[in-house]
Amino acid sequence: MAKRIEVSDLNIYYGNFRAVEGVNISIEPRSITALIGPSGCGKSTFLRSLNRMHEVLPGARVEGKVVMDGQDLYGADVDPVDVRRQIGMVFQRPNPFPTMSIYDNVIAGNRLNNKRMKKSETDDLVEKSLMGANLWNEVKDRLDRPGSGLSGGQQQRLCIARAIAVEPDVLLMDEPCSALDPISTLAIEDLMTELKERFTIVIVTHNMQQAARVSESTGFFNLNGVGQPGRLIEFNPTEKIFSNPDEKATEDYISGRFG
Amino acid sequence: MSTPTRIAPDAPARPVGPVRVQRRLPRFAPLGLYLGGVALGFALSALTGFSLATAVVYGVVLGTLAVYVASRAVEGRRKATDRLVTSLVTTAFGVAMVPLLSLVWTVLDNGLPRFDAAFFTNSMYRVVGEGGGAYHAILGTLVITALATAISVPIGLMTAIYLVEYASGRLKKSITFFVDVMTGIPSIVAGLFAFALFTLLFGGGVRLGVMGAVALSVLMIPVVVRSCEEVLKLVPNELREASYALGVPKWRTVVKVVLPTAIAGLGTGVTLAVARVVGETAPLLVTVGLITGTNLNPFDGRMATLPVFAYYQLTQPGTATQAFLDRAWTAALVLIILVMALNVVARLISRFFAPKTGR
Repeated sequence: MAKRIEVSDLNIYYGNFRAVEGVNISIEPRSITALIGPSGCGKSTFLRSLNRMHEVLPGARVEGKVVMDGQDLYGADVDPVDVRRQIGMVFQRPNPFPTMSIYDNVIAGNRLNNKRMKKSETDDLVEKSLMGANLWNEVKDRLDRPGSGLSGGQQQRLCIARAIAVEPDVLLMDEPCSALDPISTLAIEDLMTELKERFTIVIVTHNMQQAARVSESTGFFNLNGVGQPGRLIEFNPTEKIFSNPDEKATEDYISGRFG
Repeated sequence: MSTPTRIAPDAPARPVGPVRVQRRLPRFAPLGLYLGGVALGFALSALTGFSLATAVVYGVVLGTLAVYVASRAVEGRRKATDRLVTSLVTTAFGVAMVPLLSLVWTVLDNGLPRFDAAFFTNSMYRVVGEGGGAYHAILGTLVITALATAISVPIGLMTAIYLVEYASGRLKKSITFFVDVMTGIPSIVAGLFAFALFTLLFGGGVRLGVMGAVALSVLMIPVVVRSCEEVLKLVPNELREASYALGVPKWRTVVKVVLPTAIAGLGTGVTLAVARVVGETAPLLVTVGLITGTNLNPFDGRMATLPVFAYYQLTQPGTATQAFLDRAWTAALVLIILVMALNVVARLISRFFAPKTGR
């Protein structure tokens, strides 16, 4: 299920503004890849370009190649909707659908796409996904209650359950813990470690300890100045990045001598 | 160092603290002063030959002045300004309420005598004097308004969806501009438009209920567009993105995520738009006309509607003038009740369909 993603010479634009330039990266399957860097350096923009969520914004476009298992995701005959079915996403702020119950939120991906399923199948899927998101025990007695009644950490795990319920190959996480307390953060980090057995995970984070704790590889993004495009400065195994980075800029950022 | 040196030793004891202590008027003093001023104003008016208008004006001015002066003397300038503005704002509110209350009172007073069962069960068929009712007009209004809603809501809602979810650039700007222009179209123009349209299609002298529905739609569509647009804009973008990220196509996202999330606001907006057009008179006057019997088929000939019914009862009374006037007032009362009911429905919709937090 988990897939490898190769990115080559990727430039990302907002209108005429080049936000990210020249990214080359290879994301390994069944592992966690962390992206770190200062605010506004293009980490999230890059992440959103991996499942073609970037182009949802007016005027946004991408040049270059994103290849998943030999197929260019930006090929002329590729439907972005199909890309997003393969590559799921969890956002910074928990965003369960307010009109749906917990149960319906989990199977939203199937139900919104009108996939017909038997009641027993959906029950199994809901249980499996919520188990996978470590939320089952907390909500199994109130599946029919609205998802927005959960706590922030529970909502975020509900969103993860919703994302893995459609069985994607890759899971993108855009600062999934930045709105959460340390205990919920720990729960989600544990969850990520479990999920990487089945998915390729890419996570954007501002928390360097988090990157060091959970990821196998880390990419450091930086920009030269305001109005300049962001760049991937260094991409290496996490251990190397945090102990003996190749680039001076990486070391400065990690040791806190930057910004 | 700790002894405050600025207070003379023989000064009266005052609570010492970091916050300045201020004298205040007793709690009900401002109201008392205001009412006193009003009474004085009435007295002054009575001296110069009483009239209600001068009495109210004198009273309000003197009352406001009394409160201001007293507050200025006791409480200081800032508090006095606060009291002055408070009384001005309250007066403005009172002035705004006067026509409303007066209108409701007059309509109730004049409308209640004929607010009986006969009014709701009889038409004006073969009635030339007393008796009769607005059964035909009430049903006609409901039929024509329902038809107008059926025309306006799909067009208006889809326009709003297009503006919020799909349109961009100059096209969006020009549509928004023309919708704004349409909001300001005088209702008689909408009526003449429908009249001209159906004259072109079916020849001169045609009168149909559906003509009135089309005319009302011209008035209703911009209102629906604007209110639905505002509501759709309130749907958080995160929900759309969450849906896209699950591999849901855009149109399904709109239909199954955006619209259900906004359903309460959409229902409210549509209901208020209906309330806006239900009492329109001029466009119905030129397109639908009036009949005395009951016609519920909007595609066949003239129909009766409440506003036009009221208009003709008032302007063309027969021999029993009072009976016609009474019916006009009662029709007005029924219209007001209809509009109020629609507003209540709008509130209920926004309460019951709002997304539940479940806490």
